[in-house]
Amino acid sequence: MPNMIVCVKQIADPEAPAGSFRVDEAARKVIPASGVSQVVSPFDEQAVEAALRIKDAQGGKITVLSLGKDFVMDVIRKPMAMGADELILLQDPAFEGADSRSIAYALAMAIKKIGEYDLIFCGRQAADWDAGQVGSGIAEFLGIPSVTVAKKVELVDGNVRVERVVTDGYEVIEVSPPLLITVSNELGEPRYPKLKGIMAAARKEVPTWTAEDIGAEPSKLGAAGARIKLLKLFIPVREAKCEIIEGENPEEAAANLALKLREVKLI
Amino acid sequence: MAENKGVMVCGEIIEGKLSSITTELLGGGRGLADALGEELSLVLMGSGVGHLASEAIAFGADKVFVVDDPLLKDYQTDSYVAVMEKVVKQVSPNILLLGQTAMGRDLAPRLAFRLDTAVSMDCVELSIDPESKLMLQTRPVYGGNARAIYACEETRPQMATVRSKAMDPLERDDSRKGEVVSIESGLDPSLIRTKVVEKVKEEVAGIKLEDAEVVVTGGRGMGSAEAFQELEALAKVLGAAVGATRPPCDNGWVPSSLQVGLTGKIVGPTLYIAVAVSGSSQHMAGCSGSKNIIAINKDAEANIFKEARFGVVGDYKKVLPAFTAKVKELLGG
Repeated sequence: MPNMIVCVKQIADPEAPAGSFRVDEAARKVIPASGVSQVVSPFDEQAVEAALRIKDAQGGKITVLSLGKDFVMDVIRKPMAMGADELILLQDPAFEGADSRSIAYALAMAIKKIGEYDLIFCGRQAADWDAGQVGSGIAEFLGIPSVTVAKKVELVDGNVRVERVVTDGYEVIEVSPPLLITVSNELGEPRYPKLKGIMAAARKEVPTWTAEDIGAEPSKLGAAGARIKLLKLFIPVREAKCEIIEGENPEEAAANLALKLREVKLI
Repeated sequence: MAENKGVMVCGEIIEGKLSSITTELLGGGRGLADALGEELSLVLMGSGVGHLASEAIAFGADKVFVVDDPLLKDYQTDSYVAVMEKVVKQVSPNILLLGQTAMGRDLAPRLAFRLDTAVSMDCVELSIDPESKLMLQTRPVYGGNARAIYACEETRPQMATVRSKAMDPLERDDSRKGEVVSIESGLDPSLIRTKVVEKVKEEVAGIKLEDAEVVVTGGRGMGSAEAFQELEALAKVLGAAVGATRPPCDNGWVPSSLQVGLTGKIVGPTLYIAVAVSGSSQHMAGCSGSKNIIAINKDAEANIFKEARFGVVGDYKKVLPAFTAKVKELLGG
């Protein structure tokens, strides 16, 4: 039965209205909006779902790994409530100021500490910084193959069969484990946790590992290990110049819109 | 890092031709190379691709590195990362650009980590800082709510993937001269751990979304698969491609290949008609390159009106049939 690891990130709800979004340009940081809840990044929930579907079919064990700070325990326990077996948190001031590389390094070191794994799942990208690098980075640090942007993952006779989304459809890729897979929204909706799952998840011990626990080299972590520097963070200015086409009723407004598009030669 | 020189583009070949992102990268890369007074090169990887080198030169490359090997016929992470690692170590470019495509988003991070450097993904703007001579890498973050500018100060090459339609190709000039250099792939087949066993095309009949001059898109407010038939009717009259935001795809009203947005297709038509689309940042990331956005939405406060040139505030169920009828009349149909 496969040993599976899923990496998830806790982020501010990306569905929150854009109007609530603020940045501190001087500090080059996002200002947490009041009233916006924390969630598991949606693609990461789909990564959990991909692992759960394999567990449904073949059994196995799912360990969830999350690197971050200010964890909201009810939120970060959600993958366990959905059906994952264990959760391990990575939290240490040494992880701060990281780029994709230093995060991937820390997660790879934690995975080495976990030891046994056949499949590692990540979301295709975190829905905050949208970089989409950490999954590939973990695979590179571990020296294992990776398949990105998957919409279906199956274990067939000990081999992994992945459907990878490409521009004009998908490719079916076969590879033997161990393997890292990043999961896309085409996988489908993740399951909702059941009350029983929520209760069971709430009772589980959640260990927190530090940089020392995972045997990481300080020079490769956080800001020290970062290769890229954020120079500026800003909200782009939008020009509000929409001309609203009116009419006595919706039908007339619609006809006037067509006439307008004709007038400016767009149709 | 004084030894790292030149701007290198990692080319993509689709159905035996240079893909549009490749000519766009050559156009953008030419500007960076000229700003630095350095050379622009293109890497062509594939099987039987050498004949495309002259086309790459016509689109702005000074030098083309051709790596021709039957093992490179299909994109595979292990083979392409290995070849690019070899080429980069041999040529030592200062800058390396890739497309934000199925290939680039897979290849770029692994290659950057292997080369012990960094990459900025999905950039929409690249420029050279006049003082530091560093490449400034601008990319949308937080689903397009904010923009970030990055620089890679210490390691080389400075790498970026670029969103399609963010840069303009040069006019093709067949009188341009350039050099073609062949590089051995040096691939060991046993290092390729994945196997592509099948390729499934899911392309919808009609005009390709990415190439369409007119796109008609429906959002969550459409409410059903049936409602998209009304959009099809308008699309037919206009000769347009049909797109969708993420919710109609996730709800199965339309195939996911119609999705326009951050994780879907990037379109840049002359006319983009958004029907019952709220205009989330994630969606706008896929269509903000459109020259004229038209919004039909019953919510006057919807974000889409901040991005649109013309709009009608009203229920699409009433607006859309009347609009389609009038357009049909005007077009003499």
